[in-house]
Amino acid sequence: MKSLARHRRGLLPASLANLVFLYAPIVVLIVFSFNAARLPTAWEGFSLQWYVLLVRDHALAAALQNSVLIAAVSTVIATLLGVSAAVGLERLPWRRRVWLEGALLLPLVIPEVMMGVALLLLFVLVKMPLGLLTVTIGHAAFNVPVVLVIVRSRLHKLDPQLEEAARDLGATPWRAFRRVTLPLLQPAIVGAALLAFTVSLDDFVVTFFTAGPGATTLPLKVYSMIKTGISPEINALSTILVLASMGLVGLSLLFQRKRVHA
Amino acid sequence: MNQPSVELREVVKRHGSTVAVDHLSFSVRRGEFFSILGPSGSGKTTTLRLIAGFEHPDGGDILIDGRSIVDAPPNLRPVNLVFQQYALFPHLTVFGNVAFGLEMRDVARAEIQSRVGAALDMVQLAGKGDRLPAQLSGGEQQRVALARALVNRPAVLLLDEPLGALDQQLRQEMQGELKAIQEQVGVTCICVTHHQEEALTMSDRVAVMDHGRLLQVGTPQDIYDAPASLYVAEFIGLSNRLDGRLASVEGPHCRIEVPGLPAIQAAAPAGVEPGGRVTIIVRPERLHLSQQAAQGGFGNVVPARVAKAVYNGHEMQYQLRIAENLLWTVRVPNADGGQKRFLPGEAVMARWNRDESVVLAR
Amino acid sequence: MTTDSTGSRTNVCHRAWVLVPALIWMGLFFFLPLLIVLLISFASRGTYGGVEWTFTLANYRDLADPLYLWIYLRSCALALATTGLCLCLGFPLAYYIAGEPARRQGIWLMLVLIPFWTNFLVRTYAWMDVLRTDGLLNTVSMGAGLTSDPIEILYTDAAVLIGLVYGYLPFMVLPLYAAIERMDRSLIEAARDLYAPGWAVFVRVIVPLAKPGIVAGCLLVFTPSLGAYITPDLLGGARSMMIGNFIQHEYLVVRDWPLGSAASFVLMAMVSAGVWAYQRAGGERLL
Repeated sequence: MKSLARHRRGLLPASLANLVFLYAPIVVLIVFSFNAARLPTAWEGFSLQWYVLLVRDHALAAALQNSVLIAAVSTVIATLLGVSAAVGLERLPWRRRVWLEGALLLPLVIPEVMMGVALLLLFVLVKMPLGLLTVTIGHAAFNVPVVLVIVRSRLHKLDPQLEEAARDLGATPWRAFRRVTLPLLQPAIVGAALLAFTVSLDDFVVTFFTAGPGATTLPLKVYSMIKTGISPEINALSTILVLASMGLVGLSLLFQRKRVHA
Repeated sequence: MNQPSVELREVVKRHGSTVAVDHLSFSVRRGEFFSILGPSGSGKTTTLRLIAGFEHPDGGDILIDGRSIVDAPPNLRPVNLVFQQYALFPHLTVFGNVAFGLEMRDVARAEIQSRVGAALDMVQLAGKGDRLPAQLSGGEQQRVALARALVNRPAVLLLDEPLGALDQQLRQEMQGELKAIQEQVGVTCICVTHHQEEALTMSDRVAVMDHGRLLQVGTPQDIYDAPASLYVAEFIGLSNRLDGRLASVEGPHCRIEVPGLPAIQAAAPAGVEPGGRVTIIVRPERLHLSQQAAQGGFGNVVPARVAKAVYNGHEMQYQLRIAENLLWTVRVPNADGGQKRFLPGEAVMARWNRDESVVLAR
Repeated sequence: MTTDSTGSRTNVCHRAWVLVPALIWMGLFFFLPLLIVLLISFASRGTYGGVEWTFTLANYRDLADPLYLWIYLRSCALALATTGLCLCLGFPLAYYIAGEPARRQGIWLMLVLIPFWTNFLVRTYAWMDVLRTDGLLNTVSMGAGLTSDPIEILYTDAAVLIGLVYGYLPFMVLPLYAAIERMDRSLIEAARDLYAPGWAVFVRVIVPLAKPGIVAGCLLVFTPSLGAYITPDLLGGARSMMIGNFIQHEYLVVRDWPLGSAASFVLMAMVSAGVWAYQRAGGERLL
């Protein structure tokens, strides 16, 4: 590392500046959520009034409930599909595998607008009313690659001879999977599910296009609040969302890092 | 009970366009320790996997105790494999690992307890049942792998380079232990290795493979003292080589003409006519060195100059220059009283008895 | 027909059937919708905003109209500018982190990633808060005497640029860091040993060696920036429409689905071109 040292000393200020750039808006957001004043031009003392307002907001509670419900259901679907896809892909010969894997990972590259719009058209054409179900379907669709990437990466690192050893010792393919592969994949699966849950909770664009009346999610509510006008209530809500996201992703990483002695 | 434990008949396996196993046929007797020896790419690992059931032959048949098992999946074969890297289940304890096969066959809890206990005793890991594989040393892991296989009382035990991952000291120890366990249990054992010394030390019989073909099957002594081909002769142990032409045959012996050297006497090879090209192989330990010119009772004498002299503790290893581009290795035990130690540059005479060489057609 | 590792002479695909449910789901709810969009892009707009199934290329032709073309060009320009700025800002940061001892590297990376995990809406809103005329930026700058009139940044291209750079900076830093971290240090030392001054070492050794990271980072920033929706919507307003907003506008406001679909597919083509350029520049498989 010594040869990098000479250049690096001058970079510390630049790096710190970058960090300030990254955190300042969020910090400002959080700080002003406790501002008693309505506008951030002046600080009028510490106050929790905006948080209190949030708690009393029924529409917000309903949106939260929707978000959690959609996230839960879509995560279960995406996890089941993602894990089975990861396992199935592993069994394919190389060429076909690369091609199919690329196809399944496509949603990660496509602009969200396209996906939202495409799903909207599908639902309209088959005359499916927009609502919680359509949002859930959309979320499950874009979360499959999320789960797939995480589980595939872990699966790839597993010693393939472990499943062979299980077969040699009398296990049928299913039992070998259940008793050996699955337990070893478990941390990755849980981590992936947590991440998918977070992504679903946070999603805006796809939800925007596929939600109907009565299917407002938290991000949609935040959006409409923002469009209505800036208010510290949004700051308060944002603060909660920020902390919740960080917590969930932190948990997800913790699970993925958990070593099953392999 | 003359039926062989394992029998391969004309087994063929292709990987893409290469033939990994080429019409392989051999049989292994019950209770025998049988090694398959060969360089990497010789097809020995493929053969093992074919017997274990992880690959399916493109032709031929594999029988265990007289029954064809070629169409049976690995979990239904009376065969257990000890993997080269052990493949211990990291999320199960030592007990869990060893018990796995028994659990898969729904053996009763009580019986599992006793059998696993006995297996761990046998590999000297009693009391370590609740450790995890990551907490064990390499040697201990290997024993767990062995116990995990043996506890199922397989008809055939397969070993894939069993001592490959161990250091020298441990290797020697394990060689002895492995053999002892195998004899105690009496299970038929097929071991795949590229390590000659191991194969010769532990096996009842050895099969030498190259490029998917079986070159020779025999006891370690047969393989070493009577190699059937030049490849086997040069693959096993060190060999000193002379290329020449068969001049004449006199009863069981013959004379061979080697350019630049006096005529060599050796045991007559089968199937070679006078005038045919042959190669003489002399093992390093069969050569005697002295500075006297006279024959002294041995069949062949060849002049040489010492190129290198290496002291190996229990022996001296000399490199002799026989001709312009021909170097020979000679091993002389240091306990051989009266044997002088030679220095590089000295002229010596290398002698060997005419029955102590191998003659092969070229 | 090949044999798989279980020794049974079955078609390998037979055992990969577990893949099928995922394929069906994605086929139905991802590929099929995209196909529909493609088909509709060749159809005509119905009288009340529906679709009339008559084949036409008019939609794609209409997109060539300078009005619409301008939106695409501006989006491209913004995406490129975002990429460039992210590169300039991110490279020093990545370089610095790569030189830190291993444990601190983890902490730095975590710090860079944490903002990324928070809700995108929230983060964009945070910038709205800062950039408005009575927001933090103006309060500070006027209070410090730097400006006498409030700077109107919000609802301009500049605000969108800031928002995009902010949102996608981690996407640049991470691949850069990975590439720099993997660099063979002895090459830098060799260059110095051969009398290269600092600047030359940077341009002729470090940058070429970090190229895979640079290329990956550029792709990871350019692609989502091109299709950005939230950032231009919240920070740009009506004056700074990008392709994403344009598509939404066509679908939900004007209700011209065929045009919107055509616009979507042109966006798709641009994204694909980006990915293709990435592969050509020798990009490794990212996933």
